[in-house]
Amino acid sequence: MSTIEERVKKIVSEQLGVKEEEITNASSFVDDLGADSLDTVELVMALEEEFETEIPDEEAEKITTVQEAIDYVVSHQ
Amino acid sequence: MPRRRVVVTGLGLITPLGNSVKESWDGILAGKSGIAPIEHFDTTGFSTQFGGSVKGFDVSEYMPAKDARKMDTFIQYGMAAAIQAVDDAGLECTEENAARIGVAIGSGIGGLPMIEANHNNLQAKGPRKISPFFVPGSIINMISGNLAIRFGFQGPNIAITTACTTGTHNIGYSARTIAYGDADVMIAGGAEMATTPLGLGGFAAARALSTRNDSPETASRPWDADRDGFVLSDGAGVLVLEEYEHAKARGATIYAELTGFGMSDDAYHMTSPPEDGRGAAASMANAVKDAGLNPEQLDYINAHGTSTPAGDVAESRAVEKVMGDAAKSVAVSSTKSMIGHLLGAAGAVEAVFSILAIRDQVAPPTINLENPAEGCNLDYVPHTARDMKVEHALSNSFGFGGTNGSLLFSKV
Repeated sequence: MSTIEERVKKIVSEQLGVKEEEITNASSFVDDLGADSLDTVELVMALEEEFETEIPDEEAEKITTVQEAIDYVVSHQ
Repeated sequence: MPRRRVVVTGLGLITPLGNSVKESWDGILAGKSGIAPIEHFDTTGFSTQFGGSVKGFDVSEYMPAKDARKMDTFIQYGMAAAIQAVDDAGLECTEENAARIGVAIGSGIGGLPMIEANHNNLQAKGPRKISPFFVPGSIINMISGNLAIRFGFQGPNIAITTACTTGTHNIGYSARTIAYGDADVMIAGGAEMATTPLGLGGFAAARALSTRNDSPETASRPWDADRDGFVLSDGAGVLVLEEYEHAKARGATIYAELTGFGMSDDAYHMTSPPEDGRGAAASMANAVKDAGLNPEQLDYINAHGTSTPAGDVAESRAVEKVMGDAAKSVAVSSTKSMIGHLLGAAGAVEAVFSILAIRDQVAPPTINLENPAEGCNLDYVPHTARDMKVEHALSNSFGFGGTNGSLLFSKV
């Protein structure tokens, strides 16, 4: 079973077309990984799907880095 | 001011016969069929279970997977054909010429796969499951838009949508845009991927499709007595059109000149042509007049020839009306007999074949034409391609809504 961190990074890699080894916990989706506003919306949808959760828009807006995504998932398990 | 001349300097194709101009054209000249059972979804319950699918298409040859995911299949096909055409033309977009290069690539239907997938998500899981890329990934002008972004083309950017006349109208419009002086180069054509459950089911419901499920490769049989409808196909065709002096100055290879463009409407019925083909005739006559030619100068006509009972006869009547006695000597063929009907891409793909007919001095065949039907009395180049003089080639497209378009290409 993969860890939450591994699963988040895998999704970020797939969604944004970035190699997993280039993704760090501090990576910003927009500034470091080349995402635009539509990419981030779809990324959040993919996280919702993977972790079977619903992330409200006001929460989703605050998820801008890999670590913030991991933190959100961990705190809503 | 004399009208600026427009020539063709680049070609690109994705068709059921191959994912390049060469593969597709080789298949056409060999009289091969690209029609087969549909395998990308379960066709159980559909009255027609075959089509002209694109095979072995690898989008990663043209763009990163991340970008491709945001484009419905018709956009990927259109981008691929356009990238081929731009490469073929050796066209470089620079700061100096960017504003003089435009794009006009349309689609008849647009992004049905994404529409269906997102509607399914909406029904099953609610509105929050609609992709943010649904709209920009499925609307029709996004081949033109994405192509401009990729290459930096800042000139006119448009996507005409006129059902099965889409490709022809986009090319004709582009030629006018260059002739008028709004651009020096236009990337023009059409793309389609509508062999989805809704697309196939919709055309089947309109009783437009062949139901020859036991023999898909002989289902598209224009002018044959046993024809029973058209074959729904996917793909894209794109041309690079260029002002003649501009093309000469940069030493581009010139395939042919686009000498004439004609349009008309049947003003008759949503999906059927009038028996006498008067709208089709007007479109052809307008293209010939635009080129300053006489009808008897036409050597080859790439017909709309969809293999529908009414359409094939009406087009034959139209050729006779426009050409008079010369109708007996013009070579008329339907490449749809081999690739089926690519809807919004058809006119562009067939324009490419018409141009190659001029380049190679050959008329493509009409395959599956065993017994010409009553009222179908022209020289349809049955079974095998024919080496012949082709100075002037006309390409016809007729669409739902009665909209007609004809392009006339000439040897330079």
